[in-house]
Amino acid sequence: MSDRPGFLGFPRPDGRVGVRNHVLVVPTVICASVVCERIAEALPASVVALPHLAGCGQLGPDMHATHETLAAYCGHPNVAAVLVVALGCEQVIAETLVESARNAGKPAESIAIQAEGGTLRTIGRGRQIAERLAKDASRAAREWCDVRSLVLSLKCGGSDYTSGLASNPTLGRMADRLVELGGAAVLGEIAEIMGAEHLLAARATRPEVGRRLLRVIDRVETEAMALGLDIRGTQPSPGNIRGGLTTIEEKSLGATHKGGERSPVVDVVPYAGRITQPGLTVMDTPGLDVESVTGMVGGGAQLVVFTTGLGTPTGNPIAPVVKMTGNARTAQLMADNLDIDVSGIIADTETLGAAADRLFTEVLAVASGKLTAAEALGHREFAIHRRNPTI
Amino acid sequence: MISEHDNVATALEVLDAGRTLDLAGHHVVVQERIASGHKVALVPIAAGQAVLKYGSPIGTATADIAAGAHVHTHNLASARGRGDLGRRVAPEPGVRLAEPEDEGAGIPTDVTSPGGSHE
Repeated sequence: MSDRPGFLGFPRPDGRVGVRNHVLVVPTVICASVVCERIAEALPASVVALPHLAGCGQLGPDMHATHETLAAYCGHPNVAAVLVVALGCEQVIAETLVESARNAGKPAESIAIQAEGGTLRTIGRGRQIAERLAKDASRAAREWCDVRSLVLSLKCGGSDYTSGLASNPTLGRMADRLVELGGAAVLGEIAEIMGAEHLLAARATRPEVGRRLLRVIDRVETEAMALGLDIRGTQPSPGNIRGGLTTIEEKSLGATHKGGERSPVVDVVPYAGRITQPGLTVMDTPGLDVESVTGMVGGGAQLVVFTTGLGTPTGNPIAPVVKMTGNARTAQLMADNLDIDVSGIIADTETLGAAADRLFTEVLAVASGKLTAAEALGHREFAIHRRNPTI
Repeated sequence: MISEHDNVATALEVLDAGRTLDLAGHHVVVQERIASGHKVALVPIAAGQAVLKYGSPIGTATADIAAGAHVHTHNLASARGRGDLGRRVAPEPGVRLAEPEDEGAGIPTDVTSPGGSHE
C-alpha cells in the first residue's frame, strides 16, 4: 500500500492490469456469433460472448480493423482467458486470435463449427472448454494496483447543454488528475473534435502529434464533405438540437472538455490501436457511441466514463462503463442507467472540483469490482467500425 | 456565459420575453422565450459574424441577430463539414485547419484563447 490512489485489480503477465476477470467467447465471424452467445448463456456471468457482424466479405482496411479489434480484445487486461469459435471458411483466422491472447499470457483455445459438426456439438464442446477456463480464471485474486496502471476511455453521448457545462468538465477535471498521477486517458469521436481541434493541438507534446491530429480531423471532414451532404442533422443529432446545441463546433467545444484542460496530448492512434503512453491519446473513432467505445476499449482502456445529457444505456462486453449526467431531469428519468449525477453543478449546489473528486472515488470503486449500471443491466454493446461496403 | 469573449449565453432555465439579464457587463432584455439549454444573444450580431461560445467560434450568423434574441438553427449555421455547399467555409480568423505540408507547424500559433475555467 502507499499514499497514492489505487484500486484492487488483476495484474496480468504482460504488465497491464485488469479491472475485470472475464472469459471471452469470441466469434471470428458473424456466422459464429449465435453459437458464442449460446455457449456463454449457460455459464457464470464472468463468461461473456463477443457477438459481432464482421469477419468476412470485408476489404483491406475494414478487414484489418476487424482483425485488430478482435485480437485486441483477446489480449485485453480485463480478459482472463479466451475461447475462439470459428466457422471454418472465413477471413479472420482463429489461430491468430488465439496467439494474441497467448502472447499476453492468457490461456486460449479455439474450436470450429464446421470441424465440430454443427451448432449443437459446437455449443456442447464450447461450454465444456469455457467452464474449465472460468474455473481456472476464478482463482485469480485482486491485488492493490497503483492508479497509474489505469487507461480511462473518455466518452460522451446523447449530449445536451448540460454536457458542456457540467458532466464533460467534471470528467475533464478527473482525467487531468489521473494523468497527473501517471495514468492514461483516451479521447475518440474525431467528428466531435471538429471545431475544437485548435485547443487539443496546442497541447500536443511534439509537433508531429499535433500535425497527425489535424490530419485525422481533416480526413474525416473531407470524407463527410465528399458525400455532398450537409453534416447538420447528423452532427449535431436531432436530439442534440432539441437540447439547444446548434452546430458541430458548439458540440465539439463542449465535448472536448472531457479531455481536460491541461493533460498533454501524447499520441494519435488508429481505431483500436494500442494506447502505450501515459497522458492523453486521441483515437481515430467515429462518433457513433458503440463503435467508439468498442475501439477505445480495444486500445486497452479498462474502464469507460461516459457522460450523457439525455441518457443512454450503452455498455461493453468486457469493460465497465460509468454513466454520468449533469441533467437533473435525466438523472431521475433514467436513474437505472446512470451511476453519477452532477446536476448540482448546474444548480450551483456542488463545485466542479467536488464532483470530480466524487467521480474519481467512483472510478476506483468500479475498477475494484463495483458493478456499473450498464453491467448490472447486462448492457454489452459491441460494434466494430467499418468504412467500406461489404463485398 | 462561459468565456468573457462570448457573444451568447446559455439559458439554465426558461427565459421569458421581457426579462432582463446582467452578465459580465452586458445588460440585455430578452426578446423572445428562450427554452432551457438554448442560447440568447448578449450583443447585436450581424449576419456573417462569428458566434462565440466557450471563447471559440461555434458558427456564423445567417441573419442579423438582436441582443436578447434566441440563437439557434434559424440564425446560426456551422462552418464545418458542409458538403452541401461543396466547399469548406472559410474558418473564422484565429482558427487554423490542417496544413499537411506545413512541417514546422503542428502546434498552431494563432489559436484563439482556450475556453476559460468552468468553475
